[in-house]
Amino acid sequence: MDYIDPHIHMVSRTTDDYATLARMGCVAMSEPAFWAGYDRGSVDGFRDYFRQLTETEPARAAQYGIQHFTWLCINAKEAENVQLSRDVIAMIPEFLDKPNVLGIGEIGLNKNTKNEATIFLEHLDLAAEHGQSILIHTPHLEDKYQGTRMILDMLCDDKRLDRDRILVDHVEEHTIGEVLDRGFWGGMTLYPVTKCTPERAVDMIEQTGGERLLVNSAGDWGPSKPTAVPDLIFEMRRRGLSESLIRKVVYDNPLEFFSKSKQFNFTPRG
Amino acid sequence: MTNVRNGDQIVAESFLEVRAKLLEVAATLDRIDRACETAPLDEPAKSKRELLIEATKILLSDEPSRAEQLQQLFSRKYDTDWRQQLGITEA
Ligand SMILES: [Zn+2]
Repeated sequence: MDYIDPHIHMVSRTTDDYATLARMGCVAMSEPAFWAGYDRGSVDGFRDYFRQLTETEPARAAQYGIQHFTWLCINAKEAENVQLSRDVIAMIPEFLDKPNVLGIGEIGLNKNTKNEATIFLEHLDLAAEHGQSILIHTPHLEDKYQGTRMILDMLCDDKRLDRDRILVDHVEEHTIGEVLDRGFWGGMTLYPVTKCTPERAVDMIEQTGGERLLVNSAGDWGPSKPTAVPDLIFEMRRRGLSESLIRKVVYDNPLEFFSKSKQFNFTPRG
Repeated sequence: MTNVRNGDQIVAESFLEVRAKLLEVAATLDRIDRACETAPLDEPAKSKRELLIEATKILLSDEPSRAEQLQQLFSRKYDTDWRQQLGITEA
């Protein structure tokens, strides 16, 4: 089955991974900007990273017939450096017209601090001023519930934002209801130890019907599995769920959400 | 609700897997207790162990949202006043 991975960090993956993903049916992916494993020291460091996301990765993906899209921001971990964050936010518009840019992301909170919230709000300003869709990272483990609620408070306060153009990612059993009930899209990340297993993700799909839900691997440089979405497809088939429901969460939903970005130009496999 | 399997099938398919996970939990608690015979747990470890015991109690409840309750047990509390506490002004 053709599928889309809406959250995967291919700058951290090998070309072999592109080949494997293509063989498993991946036809498109979106790569939010994130933390490199160390704090970058300058705006030029981010400028180079954004060139990698908008030039290098689409070309690498294209070699395997995969369409690559991206989201730009400075991530929450680096938001503690407020001045650098502001300089990066000011530079992002240089890249917003690149053909594979879908919006601003993955912005959010990490340890739910004042600086993270400040920079999150400034990213919302950027997205609102430029009419961009938004992809949001919610914190992990014990910080997730509190951080998700704080993020939803900030989003719901901002009357300029269209909730239908916002994906709140890494939802789990205790945060999915609030995200979907308030009209946002939800993303489930299959990342066995700190986030969600395919089995639990399928439980949530069964309970919600899969409306406005996306599933991703969030494959990155840490312990993660870039082929996690095919694992979910397999688990749904094993349970006897319909092909149309499977297709909805791994293909139709990401297409519908991405289509809200003016630069989303996708060619389905003929 | 789109679940197409019945309960009998789910039990049959998952019995061995869940049995193995429960054994892991039991053996881990035993391992911790054996290690405590030589030196007691420090305070952070003690409260984490208590959380694990609390979690097992949630499993015994008859409510349909055990996974969500476990998630809440392992979560920091959310306070609607967080803006005032952090000094963030409302939009
Ligand atoms: Zn990510």
